[in-house]
Amino acid sequence: MKLLLEHAHVEGIRYYDTYRKNGGYRSVEKAFKMTPEEIVEEVKKSGLRGRGGAGFPTGMKWSFLAKPEGVPRHLVCNADESEPGTFKDRYLMEFIPHLLIEGLIVSSFALGSNATYIYIRGEYAWIVDILEQAIQEAKNNGWLGKNILNTGFDCEIYVQRGGGAYICGEETALIESLEGKRGNPRIKPPFPAIQGVWMRPTVVNNVETLAAVVPIINNGGEAYAKIGVGKSTGTKLLSVCGNVKKPGIYEIDMTQTVEEFIFSDEYCGGIANGKKLKACIPGGSSVPILPANLTLKTAKGEARYMNYESLADGGFATGSMMGSGGFIVLDDSQCVVRHTMTLARFYNHESCGQCSPCREGTGWMYKILKNIEYGKGKMSDIDLLWDIQRKIEGNTICPLGDAAAWPVAAAIRHFRDEFEWHVNNPDEAQQRNYGLAHYADPIHVPVTA
Amino acid sequence: MKFSQEKLNKVKEIMARYPEGKHKSALIPVLHIAQEENGGWLSTEAMDHVAEVLNILPIEVYEVATFYTMFNLKPVGKYIFEVCRTGPCMLNGSDQIIDYIKEKLSIKEGETTPDGMFTLKPAECLGACGYAPMMQLGNHFREHLTKEKVDAIIDECRKNAAKNN
Ligand SMILES: Cc1cc2nc3c(=O)[nH]c(=O)nc-3n(C[C@H](O)[C@H](O)[C@H](O)COP(=O)(O)O)c2cc1C
Ligand code: SF4
Ligand code: FES
Repeated sequence: MKLLLEHAHVEGIRYYDTYRKNGGYRSVEKAFKMTPEEIVEEVKKSGLRGRGGAGFPTGMKWSFLAKPEGVPRHLVCNADESEPGTFKDRYLMEFIPHLLIEGLIVSSFALGSNATYIYIRGEYAWIVDILEQAIQEAKNNGWLGKNILNTGFDCEIYVQRGGGAYICGEETALIESLEGKRGNPRIKPPFPAIQGVWMRPTVVNNVETLAAVVPIINNGGEAYAKIGVGKSTGTKLLSVCGNVKKPGIYEIDMTQTVEEFIFSDEYCGGIANGKKLKACIPGGSSVPILPANLTLKTAKGEARYMNYESLADGGFATGSMMGSGGFIVLDDSQCVVRHTMTLARFYNHESCGQCSPCREGTGWMYKILKNIEYGKGKMSDIDLLWDIQRKIEGNTICPLGDAAAWPVAAAIRHFRDEFEWHVNNPDEAQQRNYGLAHYADPIHVPVTA
Repeated sequence: MKFSQEKLNKVKEIMARYPEGKHKSALIPVLHIAQEENGGWLSTEAMDHVAEVLNILPIEVYEVATFYTMFNLKPVGKYIFEVCRTGPCMLNGSDQIIDYIKEKLSIKEGETTPDGMFTLKPAECLGACGYAPMMQLGNHFREHLTKEKVDAIIDECRKNAAKNN
């Protein structure tokens, strides 16, 4: 089932003419015959949940937008995409930029945004050109500008390049950055829906979320809600990386089991180089890592599915999260301590420094993990790590603190013996990774597609 | 460094994207232009010029330039190899790629070769995790890196530099 990537492989789909011939911009025509309230209602009915990571219902978020008389409102598209393991928005923007532009026009109309901004991570420099070209094409064909299609609605879309900072993906940091400041998250409330960019009511949504508005308007919210399972409606883009045979971007309707997703030829194609599955981080680096057995099955022994609820089954004790859809797979020769160390370094590098638990805690976690990885760790360091991550979680202005704490907590929770092995075998830890163990066991006859 | 008329027009165009009086929003895009014009890094002089053009205080520029990793506050080589080393890239051998570049160019992380050609700047996840290992070079990504590819990229840079001289 493909909604977003249906035409991704059509030659020339990046350009307006081909995109239009393949049904592009129909949703704008349809939306302009509706009222903004009706569009919001469709999005509500669709059950669409934010694709940026938190999974908050989009229609509900839109209905929170304040509309004070005489104050302009803004839609901001979050294209900062910096969560390790995540590269799906890039694919959408690079190959079908008009899908995003189309979704932005409909959403801008629904929210009453006459100036809409795409905040894109600075490293995606060439994609800025692709987007600006698509915007120009849309404008030349009358989909943007003043009094679009005689509706009286004006809309411009601008692409704003960031300067390289993961924290600017957090919506209030993004807003600060868009205002030309350091990316320091704001204390909430007030929420952006009340006071966002330039203190005006603002909606911040992820690229994939806004692209999904196109099929929702085209087919209706109810039709969209029928795809998927339960509260995981519609389709989701997954970006797969690590040690699978076929890393890349997959669009799924969330009815697949994790086992099918990893091992069938239709998706990841199994583990690369004849190795075994050791662990998986299913939703971007911030979500808990799961050992192989818990990746494929829940604690109750039932099959785990690729959707919001099933991936989270068991809470943090035995489950994880859908997150941003950054699906990271580790084979049995990989070292969980080393992987966790690189993530700790990442969060330490990316902490904005406003809150001491995050600024100092991420630094300490990195130092300790580095010691353990390089054979200089003590047994008490493992408990110290646990203690530090607990003191960060929930004690910071923005969720980056939690995002830094969770991977460390989950690594210790599920792979404590691997940390201990590093402490007990400091020399050997330098020579080879610890890749044996129980969690690679109850595996595995590959499913045939 | 001062903006050419052409770049100044570009800056004016960017400033016009924001509401009246909110042109400070142009700061990061304009810093990118300034860095490009100034040989890949931001000198105090370049930052002061940006402050003047945007009509904001120099400190407002410094505090932003020091926050974002893409802005270089020291001179850099003509070509910067920004090699990602975060988890997913590490799983696919980014450590070995970084070691190879260090050995081949005889420099350490953060250093520039004596001829001013290459800088090695380890990077954190750049959004190419499925095409690992990778590096950013200028405005583009180089993906699925191998030692052979690194050799070819170094040759390519040397040739381009010779051609432009
Ligand atoms: C540290 C941090 C980084 C984030 N990075 C991103 C990002 O790169 N892209 C994104 O869409 N959302 C990111 N988010 C989530 C945003 O704050 C926000 O929830 C999201 O853009 C809302 O869009 P959605 O409802 O469409 O998902 C991040 C959040 C945090 C705390
Ligand atoms: S949690 Fe970290 S990144 Fe977020 S505001 Fe605090 S210091 Fe900054
Ligand atoms: S981890 Fe290297 S690009 Fe994402």
